[in-house]
Amino acid sequence: MTSLYLILAVILFSIGLIGFLIRRNALVVFMCVELMLNACNLLFVAFSNHHGILDGQMAAFFVMVVAAAEVVIGLSIIVMITRTRRSTSVDAGTVLKG
Amino acid sequence: MMLTLFEFIPPSLDYLLLAPFLVVLGTACLGILVEAFVPRKPRFIVQLVLAVLGLIMALVLIVWNWGSPNLADPWSDVIISGTVMIDGPTMAFWALLFGFGLLAIILFAERNLHAGATSFTSSAASVPGSNAETEAADAGLVHTEVFPLAIFALSGAGLLVAANDLLVLFIGLEILSLPLYVMVGLARHRRVVSQEASLKYFLLGAMASAILLFGVAFLFGHTGSFDYAALSRGVTFSFGDSLLLAGIALIGVGLLFKIGAVPFHSWVPDVYQGAPTPVTAFMSVCTKTAAVAAFLRLFYAGLGGMRLTWQPVLAGVAILTILVGSIIAINQMDIKRVLAYSAVSHAGFILVPLVGAATLTSGMMPGTASSVASIMFYLVAYGFAALGAFAIVTLVRSQGREVTDLAAWAGIGKRDPVIAVIFLIFLLSMAGIPLTAGFVGKYIAFVAAWQGGYWWLAMAGVLGAIIAVYIYVRVVQIMFFKDPDGPTATITQAGPATWIVMILCVIGTVAFGIVPGPLLDLLQSVSTFILPAGS
Repeated sequence: MTSLYLILAVILFSIGLIGFLIRRNALVVFMCVELMLNACNLLFVAFSNHHGILDGQMAAFFVMVVAAAEVVIGLSIIVMITRTRRSTSVDAGTVLKG
Repeated sequence: MMLTLFEFIPPSLDYLLLAPFLVVLGTACLGILVEAFVPRKPRFIVQLVLAVLGLIMALVLIVWNWGSPNLADPWSDVIISGTVMIDGPTMAFWALLFGFGLLAIILFAERNLHAGATSFTSSAASVPGSNAETEAADAGLVHTEVFPLAIFALSGAGLLVAANDLLVLFIGLEILSLPLYVMVGLARHRRVVSQEASLKYFLLGAMASAILLFGVAFLFGHTGSFDYAALSRGVTFSFGDSLLLAGIALIGVGLLFKIGAVPFHSWVPDVYQGAPTPVTAFMSVCTKTAAVAAFLRLFYAGLGGMRLTWQPVLAGVAILTILVGSIIAINQMDIKRVLAYSAVSHAGFILVPLVGAATLTSGMMPGTASSVASIMFYLVAYGFAALGAFAIVTLVRSQGREVTDLAAWAGIGKRDPVIAVIFLIFLLSMAGIPLTAGFVGKYIAFVAAWQGGYWWLAMAGVLGAIIAVYIYVRVVQIMFFKDPDGPTATITQAGPATWIVMILCVIGTVAFGIVPGPLLDLLQSVSTFILPAGS
């Protein structure tokens, strides 16, 4: 049973990672990161259930709090750059060479 | 199954040992209150004094705790249910972090270079070039939030180096990173570049944290615990070793990203270039130190038994990092990018002794520097050189703005020999020329790798170091021997803050280069990671 959750989590994580790499809208890229974090949460809870301990469920709460903090920082940075560039694309008018 | 839900065992804490970390965290929280309640006029000076006093107090407490009997005793009650470990390396890395953090924060306070303002924007919320921005600048507003932000980042770094638990590792990493994302976007000039660097750093950093967290979830699945002690016991589980290996790889990627190792280095030059230079100085030292320390504890204490698995992979990463960092740095035309790629190559040199894993438990010859001690020494040497170099980058200006284009640096050595010679000392230390701390750092780093059986990696490191020398020779050649063609930059008169940082960095670089013995012995005495017997 746990291995099914494992497969689902890996699929979710991969969708997030691929989306992160190919999408160009900063908001969508950011949502992909959130998807990756949620894949981790699913895995924590599934393994927690498998081992019969609560540590993993507790970890999921920690991750949610961290994700919320990350949203606050991330959205403010994205809003800031959107107002400067009038676009949410991560490619529009780049100055840094990479 | 039995869930021991209602059996609560309160964690035992040794508050004196935890005090340095708690003081830093408390200082950051107080900084937020100051931001809210102190009037605008005195706020800057209050924030600065609070930050400096808080960090000095933390350093005093570290000295107070140094050699405490509890520090070396695995059975003492210094751990919070095994999640945080305060042993010798933790104290040493705290001293490094808070000491260099203090120097960087003094650099934040420099106000002579912008006619009474700091290097940070007057109004981060206003659009670059807008009326609101001009009004804020004309009103002389000063960004003071950067002090509590930096201290929060330092407290996250402090938690990260003490983490003895995968979840604490993740939380510490996030507390370190989140304030940094904001600080990167606060530059006074070239704000568009700064904001772009902030966005890049945030998106890539968030992805790296997610990858690290996925690895944590895998390791949790493998051992059924977040504890490093459980990890080191290598409890195998029905999924076999694949979960363990995947977990190690994913966590490794997340931490190597923060260290800035190839192939996860692409953010380093952009972020270092875009960030306000004092923040670059802060990041180049403190982020690297914290990430390296966390990496060391996880891979030595937690995954030491898996050494033969991760050593060859990391050896490849180390060689790649040194080569890519040194070679790309050579044709960069922006001094901050040169220093950024040089930081990448330094990450590679730090990985060399890390791979060697010469520790007392792995059969190191007594009387030589262990891997952990040599990495600490390397970080001290690198920290002084990098902080000092970035401090000088803030001084090179034209029409009130920093000039980072190397072409404009031509002939600076003739126009202001004192500052140029100080910069030369930092470059020589980074290059690893004898009589500087950088030389001793590289020497003991390679010896530690050799001791650990990685003689070929040490040889590759020596070759890489020779290539890397060229980065600095080129900058020196431009500064001292090239005649300027086109616009030139001049060196602005530094205020007391920058002078303090520069002088301390020169003293550190030269003193530890000529007399490295005492510091090396001191670091050697605190270089053993302690693993609790576990719960």
